[in-house]
Amino acid sequence: MAAFSYIEMIHTLAPQIALLFGVLLVLALDLGPLRGKSDEARWRASVLAALLSILAAAWLASSLALPASAAGLYRLTLLSMLINHVLLLLSAILLLLSVSVTPTRHISEYVSMILLATVGMTLLTGATDLLVLFLALELLSLCLYVLTGMDKQRAASSEAALKYFLFGAMSAAMLLFGFSYLYGIAGSTQLAVIGRAVSLAPQDPLVLMAIVLVLAGLGFKVAAAPFHFWAPDAYQGAPLSAAAATASSSKVASFTILLQLLLVGFGAAAGDGSFHFTRPGWLPVVTILAAASILIGNLAALAQRNVRRLLAYSAVAHTGYALVALQSTGPEAVSALLYYVLTYSLATLGAFAVLTVLQQQGYGDSYTDFAGFSRRSPIAALCLLVFLLSLAGIPPLAGFTGKFLVFAAALRAREIHYGAAVLVGMALAASAISFYYYLQVLKFAFVVEQPAQNRELPRETGNYLPLFVSVLLAVLVILLGCFPSGLLDALRGAILASG
Amino acid sequence: MLAWTIYISFAAAALVLLVPPRFMTLARWLALVAAVTGLGISLAALIANPTGAPVTLAQLRWIPSIGAQYWLSADGISLALCALTGLAATAGVLFSWNIEYRVNEFFALFLALIGGVYGVFLANDLLLLFVFYEIAIVPKYFLISIWGSTNREYGAMKLAIYSFVGSAMVLFGILSTYMLTSGLGFGLPELAQNSLPHHLQMWIFPLVFLGFGILAGIWPFHTWAPTGHVAAPTAASMLLAGVVMKLGAYGCLRVAMGLYPAALDPWGFHIFWIDSWRDVFALLAVIGIVYGAAVALVQRDFKFVIGYSSVSHMGFVLFGLMTLTRIGLDGAVLQMVSHGILAGLLFAVVGRMIYDRTHTRILSDLEGMGLASKLPFATVVFVLAGMASMGLPGFSGFVAELQILVGGWNSYPWLTVVVGAGIVVGVAYTWRVMQRAFFGVPVESIDQYHDDHEFSPITWPEKAGSLLLLSATLFIGLFPSFLLNRIATALASPFFDGLRQGRW
Repeated sequence: MAAFSYIEMIHTLAPQIALLFGVLLVLALDLGPLRGKSDEARWRASVLAALLSILAAAWLASSLALPASAAGLYRLTLLSMLINHVLLLLSAILLLLSVSVTPTRHISEYVSMILLATVGMTLLTGATDLLVLFLALELLSLCLYVLTGMDKQRAASSEAALKYFLFGAMSAAMLLFGFSYLYGIAGSTQLAVIGRAVSLAPQDPLVLMAIVLVLAGLGFKVAAAPFHFWAPDAYQGAPLSAAAATASSSKVASFTILLQLLLVGFGAAAGDGSFHFTRPGWLPVVTILAAASILIGNLAALAQRNVRRLLAYSAVAHTGYALVALQSTGPEAVSALLYYVLTYSLATLGAFAVLTVLQQQGYGDSYTDFAGFSRRSPIAALCLLVFLLSLAGIPPLAGFTGKFLVFAAALRAREIHYGAAVLVGMALAASAISFYYYLQVLKFAFVVEQPAQNRELPRETGNYLPLFVSVLLAVLVILLGCFPSGLLDALRGAILASG
Repeated sequence: MLAWTIYISFAAAALVLLVPPRFMTLARWLALVAAVTGLGISLAALIANPTGAPVTLAQLRWIPSIGAQYWLSADGISLALCALTGLAATAGVLFSWNIEYRVNEFFALFLALIGGVYGVFLANDLLLLFVFYEIAIVPKYFLISIWGSTNREYGAMKLAIYSFVGSAMVLFGILSTYMLTSGLGFGLPELAQNSLPHHLQMWIFPLVFLGFGILAGIWPFHTWAPTGHVAAPTAASMLLAGVVMKLGAYGCLRVAMGLYPAALDPWGFHIFWIDSWRDVFALLAVIGIVYGAAVALVQRDFKFVIGYSSVSHMGFVLFGLMTLTRIGLDGAVLQMVSHGILAGLLFAVVGRMIYDRTHTRILSDLEGMGLASKLPFATVVFVLAGMASMGLPGFSGFVAELQILVGGWNSYPWLTVVVGAGIVVGVAYTWRVMQRAFFGVPVESIDQYHDDHEFSPITWPEKAGSLLLLSATLFIGLFPSFLLNRIATALASPFFDGLRQGRW
């Protein structure tokens, strides 16, 4: 490799470097000046330092000249820049949520893990090389495993972390195996080179093998059925903000890289999505993943009695809906998919923020804990209404607009085939099912009265941060639903500019 | 100006929600003012537009990238239904004056529902119409499950699921239409003028018609209606039967029939005597009329009688639509208005005036109470509403049903005979409940409701609401041309060209 320019790389990766400095700062603060201080003070200082570094990263990111690239390994386009900003915002919200429920006493570790995961995610969105891609993905995943297991008081947390880790290790192995095939085909780890090599022989069995392996590996990250088994336990066992990170920002990053791989790496090997499977490629695989996720996610969610598990299964279902967009691959479809994933992550993060409010009040997260919620904290309950209805796809909330765009994009497939129509029909039928289980939760929150015996629990802790975050997210979800044009046009412009 | 009905309803909903729960009276009056304002605006708009020609109220770009607009417009049909919504909303607030549990939330949900309903009737953009249509679903669930009675959570969930399944079907139709007419966007007039190929309409129409039809109580997907009506609090049943079922019928007319008129043509083959979607839905509508009436005849619960009678009367609307004659369609729209008023009135008597006082709706219990002498006002109102509902001349029901029958006679003579039989059964069940509930012989012994037990007197909101609705049905019955002229012009507008083609 000739002339590897470190200066160029440092320049392009300045935001990530700022985040790394943030990690060091948080660790140093905790070891030095904060020693012996109260937990609360340590949380506040650490989160504040972390927020500052995120702010610095966002500022550095916006001052970069686009498109910036680092030695062909990493390329920052308008699109990845846009998504990075969203990811930074999500991470900031996650930090704000963790400070209010204080899941662990390992404060600086927890905060720095969130920052490191952010580094992984922001690297992932711009990765143009399989090596960087894999490293970033593993950095993100390892941080999430650790975060999941951070709640040492509860055995469930460790169990969840172990499950998450074992599944993750397995899927990383598959991904790596798939990558090795790709290297064999192209003789390079560059995505663009691989794309050219694949386009020469899209029907090569090696390519198909690689497609299946890579989709299995990334299917785990986005929790597509049948690679979703870790999700319910991880969502339930992990500390709230860790689960929220898994559910929201990690998903956005994983979907971005999934798009990159499919459209750039395997762009020529889409294949045929109709039922005849006349031409193999990734489209049939994605179709199967989407259908399975929609069915399994929605049906399993019906049986849940715990809101976090419900959110996990609904995450599986929503992954399925998002994958429906890939029936066509134009800029419309890509922007629809990204719009869907972004708004989904806002709504689901909001749901976790409401769960944080509930936890502050000393409640758990089963349905019955929501009894009387609208009387205890009416504002948070209204926010919950917005988030869950958005997830259910009720207009005029963002979830509906996203669903509409995704389904419209799927029906716009280049060759009209009934496969896409059947898939959309199934997704719509399944979303009618999903309405039932979201309403179940809302029924407990709004209809069922609180049982008399636990009316005495402490009501407010005086920390309004999670409530504030919920309201903020709810307003975002409503605004993005009523006026989607802004974000949509930004995404489309970015996609067209980034090619 | 008419567009303000939507904004006022939503703004009032938000405002009522902010009223502290202590100030119940304030919440009530706010809701009443909002509802009356809506009624006033819609009536003024109705009077101000004597021809009923379509008028655009607002047209803005909404989501330019997919061609969706914020486009509101009103023609004679919309105007008539908006006036109905205003009436039902005002009467609904008046008849829920005695709600004391979570008052501010009740009226907020109520007004949000009303705002959605106005929006559907005024929307001239397919996506916008759908958005308002869905907004109307969610408040219904909470209104029933929080303030309802018998089996409320079951009834509410059933209703919500049925509605949502219906709207998923409609959404599929909308998506396919959008994709297949690529570039046209969602404006209803544009979509109606550039119709889809014949064979595609044949597939999309039944989906959309049935999707909306579920909410209009089409047999055999009507079962949400009786359980939902019975479970709902009075005001919610009034709205449900009064305007929400009309949303379904309106969607059938405006969207399904307006955008896919070619689908009403014959298939080209036949199964038994049925050779088009039109025959299928006409048959289902007639089954609904007769079945609803027959089931109403044998109910023990007073409210179930009214619930099934709604199914029967909505069958008239759907049958009128399927006659595809000018007079039949006129009658169908008029029947929507008429049934909206009458169902509201009947539910008000049963749910508010009787049930809230006697705490029973079982006919055999009511029989022993001698309600005719104890609640004379309720008795008079019910007798008048019952007569109107049977279709006696002088009331709105007569004009509407007569037109539907005349239209039906031209298109489906045999089915019309069956409908005639349905009307007779309708007389029978109305007569039966009237007799048993009000004019039963008081049981003197062992009766806890014996003469010394006085019911609380009828309050002024109840009287005002009843008088409002009664005068509306009488007005329409005596001066039907006031609405009919406007409806006829709307049906003759270019929007329905495709539907009219060579038929009238």
